[in-house]
Amino acid sequence: MAETPRSRRFVAREATALRREMLVEPWPELGLVASGGPADPEPELVVEAGVVVRLDGRAAEDFDVIDRFLVAHGLDLDVAGEAMALTEAHLARMLVDVDVPRGELVRLARGLTPAKLARVVGMLDPVELMMALKKLRARRDPGNQAHVTNLKESPALLAADAAEAARRGFDELETTVGVARYAPLNALALLVGSQTGRPGVMTQCAVEERRNLELAIRGLVSYAETLSVYGTERVFADGDDTPWSKAFLASAYASRGVKVRFTSGTGSEALMGHAEGLSMLYLEARCVSVVRAAGAQGVQNGSISCVALVLSVPGGTRAILAENVLAAWLDLEVASGNDAIASHSAIRKTAKLMGQFLPGTDFVTSGYSVMPRSDNTFGGGNYDADDIDEWLTIQRDWQVDGGIEPVAEDEVLRVRERAARAVQAVFAELGLPEVSEAEVEAATVAHSSGDVPDRDRAADVEAADELLARGVAALDVALALDRRGFEDVAEAIVGMLRQRVAADYLQTSAVIEPDGLVRSAVNDPNAYLGPGTGYRLEGERWALLQALPHVVDPRTMGRGASGSSSLVEAADVATAGTDPAEVVVAVGPAFADGLRETINGLAHAEVLDAIVSGVHEAGGAPRVVRVRRSADVAFIGHDGALLSGSGVALGLQSKGTAVIHRADLQPLDNLELFGMSPLYTLESYRAMGRNAAGYALGQRVGPVPTELDNFARAKLIVSTTLLHARETRAIVPGAPAVELSMLA
Amino acid sequence: MIVGSGQGRLAYPVPVGLDPATDYPLGTRRADLIRTPSGVGLESVTLPAARAGELAAADARATAETLALQAEVARGAGRAQLADGLERASELANVPDDELLEIYTALRPGRSSPAELEAWAVRLDGHGASRTAAFVREAAAVYVARGLVVDG
Repeated sequence: MAETPRSRRFVAREATALRREMLVEPWPELGLVASGGPADPEPELVVEAGVVVRLDGRAAEDFDVIDRFLVAHGLDLDVAGEAMALTEAHLARMLVDVDVPRGELVRLARGLTPAKLARVVGMLDPVELMMALKKLRARRDPGNQAHVTNLKESPALLAADAAEAARRGFDELETTVGVARYAPLNALALLVGSQTGRPGVMTQCAVEERRNLELAIRGLVSYAETLSVYGTERVFADGDDTPWSKAFLASAYASRGVKVRFTSGTGSEALMGHAEGLSMLYLEARCVSVVRAAGAQGVQNGSISCVALVLSVPGGTRAILAENVLAAWLDLEVASGNDAIASHSAIRKTAKLMGQFLPGTDFVTSGYSVMPRSDNTFGGGNYDADDIDEWLTIQRDWQVDGGIEPVAEDEVLRVRERAARAVQAVFAELGLPEVSEAEVEAATVAHSSGDVPDRDRAADVEAADELLARGVAALDVALALDRRGFEDVAEAIVGMLRQRVAADYLQTSAVIEPDGLVRSAVNDPNAYLGPGTGYRLEGERWALLQALPHVVDPRTMGRGASGSSSLVEAADVATAGTDPAEVVVAVGPAFADGLRETINGLAHAEVLDAIVSGVHEAGGAPRVVRVRRSADVAFIGHDGALLSGSGVALGLQSKGTAVIHRADLQPLDNLELFGMSPLYTLESYRAMGRNAAGYALGQRVGPVPTELDNFARAKLIVSTTLLHARETRAIVPGAPAVELSMLA
Repeated sequence: MIVGSGQGRLAYPVPVGLDPATDYPLGTRRADLIRTPSGVGLESVTLPAARAGELAAADARATAETLALQAEVARGAGRAQLADGLERASELANVPDDELLEIYTALRPGRSSPAELEAWAVRLDGHGASRTAAFVREAAAVYVARGLVVDG
């Protein structure tokens, strides 16, 4: 049997990162449908004598635990009649209408059932969803959250990473543990590091509830987002909770001064096997309705850890954006995912990111990995330490605030070292196993935990247990820092304790400024009403986000070897030659004068030498002139050709672009054009000289082989522009070409 | 006008009628209303006070009164459910840690009999946590209807 032929292009595409992922056709029975599933109920709310008797296709006696919770705590029957009477199209248009204030939409949402909510956002296309999200975000300013973990649970590295994250502007930092008993040490390192980097940054350590509450009571953490909710009763119960238990837990955390955010997301019900044939978006509408009803101020949603499952079905990326919109519409703080790895493909995952990045959310990611993803023990790292420059550049490109600030390398090293030293001091003061000088030094400059020394982990976990047993609290940490000369960090930690006493950060979408001012949806609400309103990236903040450390001042570029003397000397006005073997080498106005080297870094003197040698080799007679009236390579070459005894010239711009021209051709025509100046070596120019002489002498000439690099333009277009600007500034309008002689 | 003191749950009267627009953040604008559990004013929660031994670790938390104020702020800002949650938090502020976790466990599916949940509600009433007690009773009724209780 003959083998079926394979397209080499199909074969090549099969080997790309993207194709490691599976795409599947929708299978609604398993919940593998992004939105608008065939079994999703019609929106429905029937109230009799003030009692809900039907909700989204179910009669009261069939209400499950979620329905019952929403009826008891979620639906506002005072507004439900009005809100449910509006058509889905009407509500959808209100979501994108800049003249409808957020407050009006939030008011109506209180009376909408999950099925109605899902239907309405399901009507929006991606750009409309972004518009709605921009409008509905609770807090005016967008922000971001970071993951800070490492495989070795190195306290010095945790503190250094936390400090860098805080210094880069993350509002919240989240750590977790590989080994549960490490929790107090990791929480401690995160607290010390964060407050070293920037006072006011909130921290959490994602661990089991009892342990978490214990850390919270000690003041070692200030927020939690481990409270998961699900859209079907069965999955909720499999998660060992009910809406009532989760709501109780949320209040328990708040009673200990912990900011609480729930977690939900599309795909979790399908993954856990009990989606009940319902679409991901409809189930998420039930989740976020529960979150609000439970009295949580916010939610991290956007599929979170199930993101790759949602992206396997059609419309998955859109459904994830729609669920973020739902949460914001319900007046919740939104930490919008983008933490778990969405795709192997950088293109695909970043295309997905734009849905949250461009409109801005309270936390654009639920965890940007400030260390390499290999150290991310959350299983996250969708964007990581190695992507920071990419993120910063995309912010700069779009003029969008994604919540991360550029910081110079020396400043990063400074805060990292200080944080590592601060945690070293705290460990010493509290009698914990020593953090060595070698650990501090390694943590300061480390790329990953592979760069820091191993610790005695048995001693660390023992010390962690003992730390809890001794009842060490944040106040003890502050005093330890104070005794060891870290007064400012001690002040910052006491500042966090003051926040805890005042509890202002329990309000919706709260973050804390370095000066201790709490900004939340209460005092910094998003009041977007169209262009010119709401959060705009401008002024000082825009200047800050533009100023990436590697941005260069174009005024300092392209000067070449300054200080060296001119390599060619202008003599008389050039006249037409008569030698039939003559090849004019016509250079640009700034050649070997205002500019001294090509874009590829070749010295002009050496380039000219190579060309002249090439002409000689092929039997031609070179003559060098400078064209002064134009910087365009075509005119430089053609002007040269008009002066050449053979009618052939080689035109050369200062940046290295060259052309072989002949007097009888139109200026914009040519014999050979050499536009890939970044690729040329001296040998290339020698070959150009030989060919020019070949044309002059009427020989058969094979074109100089040229290479192609389509990235050259992206890499060098700025340099090209700057070099060309210098060349054009050297133009003398109307001036005739002049003879040049090479200096010895 | 005051709330809460009639139940004996709050240690001192808490004013009502806070205006989120002018009173929030309380720590910045109404520090006069905020005290620590041992009665230290918010302005005195400082590093020098800590050095002088005038603060205890137990001072570093919100009181039931402060949480009640935050519930008012949330309600004033139009967030009824958040306000309800903060009111429950205020009620739970003085409930011992272990008891909190025990109640949470009892509320998990299939952990408790109706009688056991009722016993927790009574305990909560004893702490002056009447709203949270009602919340537990409400859960118990739903759990019975949905088969989320065990025989007891």
